[in-house]
Amino acid sequence: MDTYFTRDHEWIRVEGTIGTVGITAYAVEQLGDITFIELPVLGKAVRQTGMLCSVESVKAASDIYAPLTGKVIEVNHALDSAPEIVNQSPEGEGWIARMEVEDLSGAKNLMCRSDYDEYVRGLA
Amino acid sequence: MEELKKTPLVQQHERLGAQMAPFGGWLMPIQYESILAEHRWCRESAALFDTSHMGELLFSGDLVGSGMDSLFTFRISSIAIGRCRYGFLLNDAGGVVDDLTVYRLSEDEAMIVVNAGPADKDFSVLEAALAGRGLLENATGRTGKLDLQGPRSREVLTALAGPEIGEIPFFGFRRFNVLGAQVLVSRTGYTGELGYELYFEKDRLQELWQRLLADDRVRPAGLGARDLLRLEMGYSLYGNDLDESTTPLEAGLERFVDFSRGFIGREALLSQQSKGLSRVRVAFRVSSRRTPRHGYRIFHQGEPVGEVTSGAFSPMLGCGIGLGYVRPSAAACGTLLEIRHEAVVLEATVVELPFYRQGSLRV
Repeated sequence: MDTYFTRDHEWIRVEGTIGTVGITAYAVEQLGDITFIELPVLGKAVRQTGMLCSVESVKAASDIYAPLTGKVIEVNHALDSAPEIVNQSPEGEGWIARMEVEDLSGAKNLMCRSDYDEYVRGLA
Repeated sequence: MEELKKTPLVQQHERLGAQMAPFGGWLMPIQYESILAEHRWCRESAALFDTSHMGELLFSGDLVGSGMDSLFTFRISSIAIGRCRYGFLLNDAGGVVDDLTVYRLSEDEAMIVVNAGPADKDFSVLEAALAGRGLLENATGRTGKLDLQGPRSREVLTALAGPEIGEIPFFGFRRFNVLGAQVLVSRTGYTGELGYELYFEKDRLQELWQRLLADDRVRPAGLGARDLLRLEMGYSLYGNDLDESTTPLEAGLERFVDFSRGFIGREALLSQQSKGLSRVRVAFRVSSRRTPRHGYRIFHQGEPVGEVTSGAFSPMLGCGIGLGYVRPSAAACGTLLEIRHEAVVLEATVVELPFYRQGSLRV
């Protein structure tokens, strides 16, 4: 099980060919209180860096991009009525969608946790 | 670019972990931990806002003889001493130069509390209109201002200043001695809750801020929460919902205009009234949790009819809410609107204000 990170502050945790996607604590910090998540449609095919879905916060609306290429197989409906779960647990219960990853080799374009942490430190 | 003015509390805000941002030419706290948590604390207990950025203009002189009485959309001389009133300073075209609150301090003295952004402009307009008749001082630089708002604000202030706090009527004010400082306390605010605005000499700001925050019932709130609180009440934000190209008639605020006497912009308003309005302010509720935002376009039956001027997710209503300007034909209560921005389409319904009706404002 490996977790990878994008420069746009998404994470993907890969187990076999299934990837769980969410946004990072840094993203949540920047967005402030999240008020709405437009979950992706089940079965949606997404390409790496393509738009997966969008989030709205008290400050702004932002797009969320797919960390890897694949197909959406599950979404976190708990977020429909309680998007604040993403604020409370961005890398846990606040996951957004699961996807069947088509091409794991795309992970070479992503960062591991220590690289991502360093990347975020550089943004401060 | 002009350098940002800083509230004297900037260090206190930063120590509390505030995110600071420019507002009206000032560097102000937007949020501490969470806009939604600060909003909730104001609706349930008492929130403390640093509002030092707002402008205070002091007038002294003969209200009628100086012409001061015929500058605003209401007569200052008709306000009882110890009371305040909300209204407008307009331009000749009837556009809003600023929305403001005037405090009648004495027979021949008034304090005009104005928005931060237009404060200098307001001062120039008034100074030019008075042309030396009466004294006008821009006291913003020497005035500290804090707002304490929320259902428990009265208890908190009573503990500090005594039971007379409970005797201040809605839109009234009195002077108190707090920690040895002279503090003017008015029962006014921008949140829809029971609340007070405190004015005092600026050098007491740190002390009063600390003292109020030492009360467990009080937590600091930033301008983000303040914006959400005011929008749930449908109060206008100058620069968003009101500006020099908008008249009080278009904004649905004619109840703050006294047409029975002369004031700047009166002829333009009367002319607009007789010709009919081409756009009016509406309040609307979105059918989902999505947020309409400033600048999003409003459609009715497929036709573009206007634009959103303020919007937010309302925690109290559990949906998106907003204000905007539309053609009068799309402004009736119950009218279905579509709000569009890029690929986003929100369904909304025109409603009456306020959005939120359970506040402690008049308790």
